[in-house]
Amino acid sequence: MILAKVIGTVVADARVSSMGGQMLRLVQLLDGRTLEAKGGIFVAADVTGAGDGELVMLSSGASARKAGKLQNAPVDLVIIAIIDELAGADGAIYRSTRKDGVV
Amino acid sequence: MILCQVVGTAVSTRKDPQLQGAKLLVVVEVDPHGQALDKGTIVIIDAVGAGRGDIVLVATGSAANLTPQTTQSPVDATAVAIVDTVFSSGQVMYSSHNQ
Repeated sequence: MILAKVIGTVVADARVSSMGGQMLRLVQLLDGRTLEAKGGIFVAADVTGAGDGELVMLSSGASARKAGKLQNAPVDLVIIAIIDELAGADGAIYRSTRKDGVV
Repeated sequence: MILCQVVGTAVSTRKDPQLQGAKLLVVVEVDPHGQALDKGTIVIIDAVGAGRGDIVLVATGSAANLTPQTTQSPVDATAVAIVDTVFSSGQVMYSSHNQ
């Protein structure tokens, strides 16, 4: 899986029916040590309800479709978790400000 | 998935039988503003009725086979949605109505 930051939303009403009403989020890949943008911007289906600015974990490829009700959806990238806390050797480098998180 | 802009169409007569009837789109990858990235062009299958100029959402790998048009096709990239709007930080980065 890879770390990314949610940076936006994609609205696309004309879509393949097997995608259902799946929420589509714009995600920026990050360097896991510095949390700086590194890598491209992609569109991911979201089963977690992640919001703009949140750090998330992405799953890609066929495995990603084991999330939610995506088994038959033509998606190759899915937000499968919202990160509460990320720690490196020197302690936490990210803490979610989310109210319903466990942190 | 990636965002791509349709820049053309391709036609093929001699092809794998599973591609019969499939519409081929020539696309370039774009950023969230709809501006082309310097990544070359790819050919994809159209599963949503997209046309030239449209920004489409492209599913790759095995996901490309999960549309009615491509269940048995030997394809690895399919347009699965036509993008209306891209928002970021409350700002509209791309809107199909402004094109």
